[in-house]
Amino acid sequence: MRRSGAGGSGSGTARRNRKSSSSSGSARDRGARPRADGGMRVVVPLQGVVQGRGGLVIGSLIPCALFYFFQLYIKRNRAPRPLPPPPPAAAASESPPGSASTVVSPIHRSLSRGLLSPRAALPAPSARGAAVRDDDSLYYAGLRRCAEDPYHPASNPAGIIQLGLAENCLSLDLVVRWMEEHAAGAALMAGGEDEEERELSVRGLATYQPYDGILALKMALAGFMRQIMKEVSFDPSQMVITSGATPAMEILSFCLADPGNAFLVPSPYYPGWDRDIKWRTGIELIPVPCRSTDNFNISITALEIAYNQAKKRGIRVRGVLISNPNNPTGRFVPKQTLHDLLEFVTEKNIHLISDEVFAGSTYGSGKFASVAEVVDDLEDFDRGRVHIIYGLSKDLSLAGFRVGVIYSYNESIVTAAAKIARFSSVSTPTQRLLVAMLSDQKFISDYLKINSERLRKMYRLFVDALDQVGIECFKSSGGFYCWADMSKFIGSYSEKGERKLWDRLLEEAKVNVTPGSSCHCIEPGWFRCCFTTLREQDIPILVERLKKVTDSHKLNR
Amino acid sequence: MGGKLLPAALGAGSPHLSQVATSAAHGEDSPYFAGWKAYDENPYDAVTNPDGVIQMGLAENQVSFELIEGYLREHPEAAGWGGGAGSFRDNALFLDCHGLKSFRKAMASFMEKIRDGKARFDPDRIVLTAGATAANELLTFILANPGDALLIPTPYYPGFDRDLTWRTGVNIVPVHCDSANGFEVTVAALQEAYDEAAAAGMRVCGVLITNPSNPLGTTVKRTVLEDILDFVVCKNIHLISDEIYSGSVFAAPDLVSVAELVESRARHGGDDVANRVHIVYSLSKDLGLPGFRVGLVYSYNDAVVTTARRMSSFTLVSSQTQKTLAAMLSDEAFADAYIRTNREHLRARHDHIVAGLARAGVSCLRGNAGLFVWMDMRRLLGDGDGDATVAGELRLWDKMLHDVKLNISPGSSCHCSEPGWFRVCFANMSSATLDLALARISRFTDGWNCCS
Repeated sequence: MRRSGAGGSGSGTARRNRKSSSSSGSARDRGARPRADGGMRVVVPLQGVVQGRGGLVIGSLIPCALFYFFQLYIKRNRAPRPLPPPPPAAAASESPPGSASTVVSPIHRSLSRGLLSPRAALPAPSARGAAVRDDDSLYYAGLRRCAEDPYHPASNPAGIIQLGLAENCLSLDLVVRWMEEHAAGAALMAGGEDEEERELSVRGLATYQPYDGILALKMALAGFMRQIMKEVSFDPSQMVITSGATPAMEILSFCLADPGNAFLVPSPYYPGWDRDIKWRTGIELIPVPCRSTDNFNISITALEIAYNQAKKRGIRVRGVLISNPNNPTGRFVPKQTLHDLLEFVTEKNIHLISDEVFAGSTYGSGKFASVAEVVDDLEDFDRGRVHIIYGLSKDLSLAGFRVGVIYSYNESIVTAAAKIARFSSVSTPTQRLLVAMLSDQKFISDYLKINSERLRKMYRLFVDALDQVGIECFKSSGGFYCWADMSKFIGSYSEKGERKLWDRLLEEAKVNVTPGSSCHCIEPGWFRCCFTTLREQDIPILVERLKKVTDSHKLNR
Repeated sequence: MGGKLLPAALGAGSPHLSQVATSAAHGEDSPYFAGWKAYDENPYDAVTNPDGVIQMGLAENQVSFELIEGYLREHPEAAGWGGGAGSFRDNALFLDCHGLKSFRKAMASFMEKIRDGKARFDPDRIVLTAGATAANELLTFILANPGDALLIPTPYYPGFDRDLTWRTGVNIVPVHCDSANGFEVTVAALQEAYDEAAAAGMRVCGVLITNPSNPLGTTVKRTVLEDILDFVVCKNIHLISDEIYSGSVFAAPDLVSVAELVESRARHGGDDVANRVHIVYSLSKDLGLPGFRVGLVYSYNDAVVTTARRMSSFTLVSSQTQKTLAAMLSDEAFADAYIRTNREHLRARHDHIVAGLARAGVSCLRGNAGLFVWMDMRRLLGDGDGDATVAGELRLWDKMLHDVKLNISPGSSCHCSEPGWFRVCFANMSSATLDLALARISRFTDGWNCCS
């Protein structure tokens, strides 16, 4: 394994595994030379200075320390390897088919993943393969604990109540009923009026279909999204369908940024992105804090600062990533903010990714506006910067079916993503079933209306319940979460204090919630609580459980 | 609406596209895919387009489809969402990277049946992915760093160039095999490839074999498998065995799966082997269900299983599909009948096309598995005038595509080191269409014989 010039002495920083292209080689040499010279120039005179007292020890320690810090400084401020401009598509395929090795145009990766497996005689897995350090994330730890001991009113009433996972159980009965009435035929049928189509039915199900989804589903989804996003029209040909929103986000990220590049992400943000986006792509996520005093609104000033800081560190920012309705706060991004974001990304010549998976799960009084609604509001705006992530796991309670959407206004992105979708495609029978469901206009309208009412009702009940124990919630308008301020119950106003409270909630109250730190919230004490997995009758139980922690806190004060 | 006029000077240029997005690693500029495009533009149809291009470049199994169709018609509840309200709730909300236990059990049992019970499979070592394409990429992400090398015997499935290298940044170093010994892998060839990779500064992470082989249509001999296993142990690297055609072995010798060898070595006390062996499987070929997107990684290495499971969140199989197939594959009678019948159909097809080609004066590598034959067209490359080159092969391929109107896959796109070999699929069309294709080849070779 080739290592960069001076190795990674003492620090687990980026290991350049890629055999260098000529340009990267020279950059590496540029990095190596000053280190060696700088070291020598510092050591010699210093030894003269300290020889008088402390002698050899200090004489070697100080230069070593300086050497070390100098090295660290160089590493951190190293200019990004100048990547060769993306070659025209034809050039990269020049190597004749029968040639020795198929080397793809250099893809430089900065792997800052943890240690390779130390198992002696075994071939080590890759740095990416070394099991992801989920243990550090309370988000995943909580999910695991809950899975071990899940609450069930009858069979396990003392189990852990799961408020950390966004599943919508409120309107499942509606979907079940539709399935009971329609599914058996729907999956098998081609779904077409055409005699020929129906005849092909099973055969059509089984054979290879376009990896980015069948046209019928794209059309049905375009119609569904139009209904949800207030009659904005969506073009099926700009859609790529993937097996869930998770791969949709990863595939889009792979297309927009190279390893080592970054997205600016207003925080708090969905904890899953830390793994879903960063893991295999090598892309960095830079949290840009939003503040409660500002209603957690996205601040362009803060984005500007973060952008410049990244630039100073030599990191190329390729886009801004938002969720709308926001996860975890449940807030709608105001239209004005969307306009501001469009201007910001234009000014910086970067992308805007809007994750709108909760767009159909709104219940608040405000008006939800998708970025699709504003994309034509600005003159001379390059729509090719805008990309939307969507999926059916949240709005239609169909997580198990695995349907996600990349909707992009950028033709090159759609083309590339459509090809990458081969690694994450949806099975055809599932697609057919969904076409049938989404085409059932009456069902969809009823579902959206009833689901919204139920969400609103449960949200209210939940907020009131938390209020009973003295916990205030941020005013949410969409999604499955309450963003609860439990700062008055944490011992020390710090991440540590928050973690202690989270732990108490999990172990004493046996309630799993997501701590704000997992969401990169800079204000300690905020917790994300999903309210859609509960039934009304579970609420009093929840209150009792929470009291175990909140009451004892009052006692301790 | 409040639109603002932006000064034209700001925001010059279009936003960045990544290297992954702009790279040609998707491979769609190669002849392998160019042929598909030609077919798409002018597809054969018995009635509406009898002079169109016949697709013989797609390894799809349609010969046993009526069995699947029959099952799904008789068990419509399996095809739907699978059961009562409670189970639907599990079905729809089910978001577990473990996959349905019943489905994994059914897959394990199906894989055992295919190998005539010569190896056992533990359902908990199965990680489901959306197709074998995803499974191969997943394993590559896990076992290799960008810049590492995977050694793959040639000729190999053209899709590997894309699937294994595109997003992963890993390199493929071919292990050259040739017709002198029936394209079998030799230790010398493995060593040569290993050295080549090392010389290029690449760390070799493993060897990937396809067994039965695509495009050769042959099963790998036991002795060769043993040699390969010894090699990976000696070099302390991994072995990935892509066994997606394991249910399509229709003639002797029987399939020897690497699973068998792992078990026998474990029995004899060798514990250095299992942790480096990983198997890929899928239902796309054996069951003819590529549209269902079902693949899996089977690993004897616990750490790999754990990581693969987590990584499979990027490529999960829908719960509805799992449920449907679990029911179908757990149906012992159906599974047994299917495996047996599929083999018979494939053998019949295979023998038919080999005979037809022989009559046209074209020989094939002796095959016993898969959905294709490895056709020897070397004598048609030119009159010994030095046209035994890739360019010559591509000229012949072009003729086949545009004059004879058959889309077949040139050996060069499979990285075959000997020009003149072609992969021809026989299971993705009706008998009648196959006969027509054979007739066209016959006419072509007659013409050739006349003129040479």
